[in-house]
Amino acid sequence: MTVGALARGRKGGRVGRIQALLWRRPWMRAALLLGPGLAWFVVIYLASLVLLLITAFWQINPFTTAIERVWNLDNFRTLVTDGTYRLIILRTIGLAAAVTITDAVLAFPFAYYMARVASRRVQTALFAAVLLPLWASYLARVYAWILILNHDGVLNWSLLQLRLPPANLGYTNWAMWIVFSYIWLPFMIIPTYAALERIPQSYLEAAADLGARQGRTTWDVILPLALPGIVAGSIFTFSLTLGDYVTPLLVGGAGSSFIGNVVYSNVGIAHNIPFAAALAVVPVGVMALYLLGARRLGAFEAM
Amino acid sequence: MRERAALATPQAPREDLRPAALRVEGVSKRYGRVLAVDNVSLTIAEGEFFTLLGPSGSGKTTLLRLIAGFERPDSGRIELGGKDVTAVPPYARATNTVFQDYALFPHMSVAANIEYGLKVRHLAREDRRRRVAEGLTLVRLVGLGHRQPSQLSGGQRQRVALARAIVNQPEVLLLDEPLGALDLKLRQEMQIELKRIQRELGITFIYVTHDQDEALTMSDRVAVLAGGRIEQLGSPVDLYERPTNEFVAGFIGVSNVIDRDGRRLVVRPERIRLLDPGETPGPGTHLEDGTVQDVIYAGMVTRYAVQLDRGGRLLVVEQNRESAAGADDLRGRKVRLAWRPDQAFDISAPQAERSEQ
Repeated sequence: MTVGALARGRKGGRVGRIQALLWRRPWMRAALLLGPGLAWFVVIYLASLVLLLITAFWQINPFTTAIERVWNLDNFRTLVTDGTYRLIILRTIGLAAAVTITDAVLAFPFAYYMARVASRRVQTALFAAVLLPLWASYLARVYAWILILNHDGVLNWSLLQLRLPPANLGYTNWAMWIVFSYIWLPFMIIPTYAALERIPQSYLEAAADLGARQGRTTWDVILPLALPGIVAGSIFTFSLTLGDYVTPLLVGGAGSSFIGNVVYSNVGIAHNIPFAAALAVVPVGVMALYLLGARRLGAFEAM
Repeated sequence: MRERAALATPQAPREDLRPAALRVEGVSKRYGRVLAVDNVSLTIAEGEFFTLLGPSGSGKTTLLRLIAGFERPDSGRIELGGKDVTAVPPYARATNTVFQDYALFPHMSVAANIEYGLKVRHLAREDRRRRVAEGLTLVRLVGLGHRQPSQLSGGQRQRVALARAIVNQPEVLLLDEPLGALDLKLRQEMQIELKRIQRELGITFIYVTHDQDEALTMSDRVAVLAGGRIEQLGSPVDLYERPTNEFVAGFIGVSNVIDRDGRRLVVRPERIRLLDPGETPGPGTHLEDGTVQDVIYAGMVTRYAVQLDRGGRLLVVEQNRESAAGADDLRGRKVRLAWRPDQAFDISAPQAERSEQ
């Protein structure tokens, strides 16, 4: 009450009254702060997710392609039994996992250097280097990789100069792996950096004091304490790869379709929206499981 | 390395018959423009409780970190148990540290924290178990081994940090303001506890603190540091009774300094008596007239700030042997102060020899 009275006494007028009201009724302040964002999420995001889930249990008339609101599990049955779809789902999840592991391995030493070795100035420069690519268009960066990985691209030209056999990486799963790992790397570096930076220097000194060399300290102290940050980063790399369909389209080969590509073709070409919806439920489900696991590892405290 | 160290030893005069656990010779450390440790030399005997006392920025923590090996000196050498360790990294030194913030590993249980040093040194599982159990007993935390550090109170964490260091049986245990984060009561308990542990184990303790009471109550010897140099080194009694310069006189105890007859004198407040109005002082007593400016009642004692007629200001402490009710009366009154001349210490001597030990 005193604070409210003070606020009224000092500010007076309408602003003061509103402030005092918000102070007396905390739920009003919460509503004011969260309302706009929540409305956006509920209307646009959750509602469309629910619609997606409902549609997945419908079917289309094969002749007219009109949606028939008949509840059934046919779409999901097809996903499980049809080898093609199973392969596509496994490829998508497998590549997302491979990209996540690659980024974690690449990001850790980089983030470690940024957080614990580099001077302030070098740190700033490295930050810029990590974040600057995010300013360039995603498409531009994927196209840049096409120029590198193509049959007559920079990579093969360089190999030729070194008198090495050409590597035909263009339009393969390897190409997707390389491009995804490159594109999502900043999303792994930043949370890993944040986690590493928060480890007090005294922990590392304590480990050394107790007889641990650098390698042992890294394994026993730094890695476990940075793990929540790495898992937080993996949420980004994993989910972004899982949901992508542009990179497979541009750098993937004939047999490189992702879940997203099949969803796209079912919506745009086959007009089978219920099946597309069923397929789209798969990454949502995978991500839900992933997030549950990540929460247990403390990733949300790290973000 | 060993032979070179042995050759170097005879040059320094031995003052203690006990073998030296630690020898620091002419060590300096500079951070940019700040000379944190300025040509410090000291020798610490085995089993000694040695305290580095000084205000913040005096270089005491830097000196400790140099001994632990977290910092490398710009010049000078450090010997542990007769071996030159100046270039030896912390993981290979026979020292262990109790950190100011405890630095317990938050992802390990209490037992795993205590076990860590033993595990790194590849002790057999049975030995590790036994030593962890001994460590927990020593710091009176039996039964808490499975807890996480976050589930412990500040005082308990402090004990875990102590056990984690001690189970490695270091030649020298380094303690960096280990009680700084505890409240007064707990701090006093832990002071007694630390002293007990040190006596039981006979390990050399090097203790960093800015708290003069802590230094006086716990230490065998104390080095008072200021500006990276040792101002005075001696037993607690030496430092309190015979300060050699004004800094030590003021930092340990109350700065009760007056100028008389071209000399600078230190008189401890409890050695000064407020004479009763009609009282005649004994022969040879030094007398001063003054006016009481302030009376501070502090329960066990009452402090009087007295402005002297001949210039200067002294603090006088009197035990409240009887109820002090009504003591406020003295404020603004004329009083006579008396002390025996041998209780006043002359610190006007030049300070050239201040870093001599």
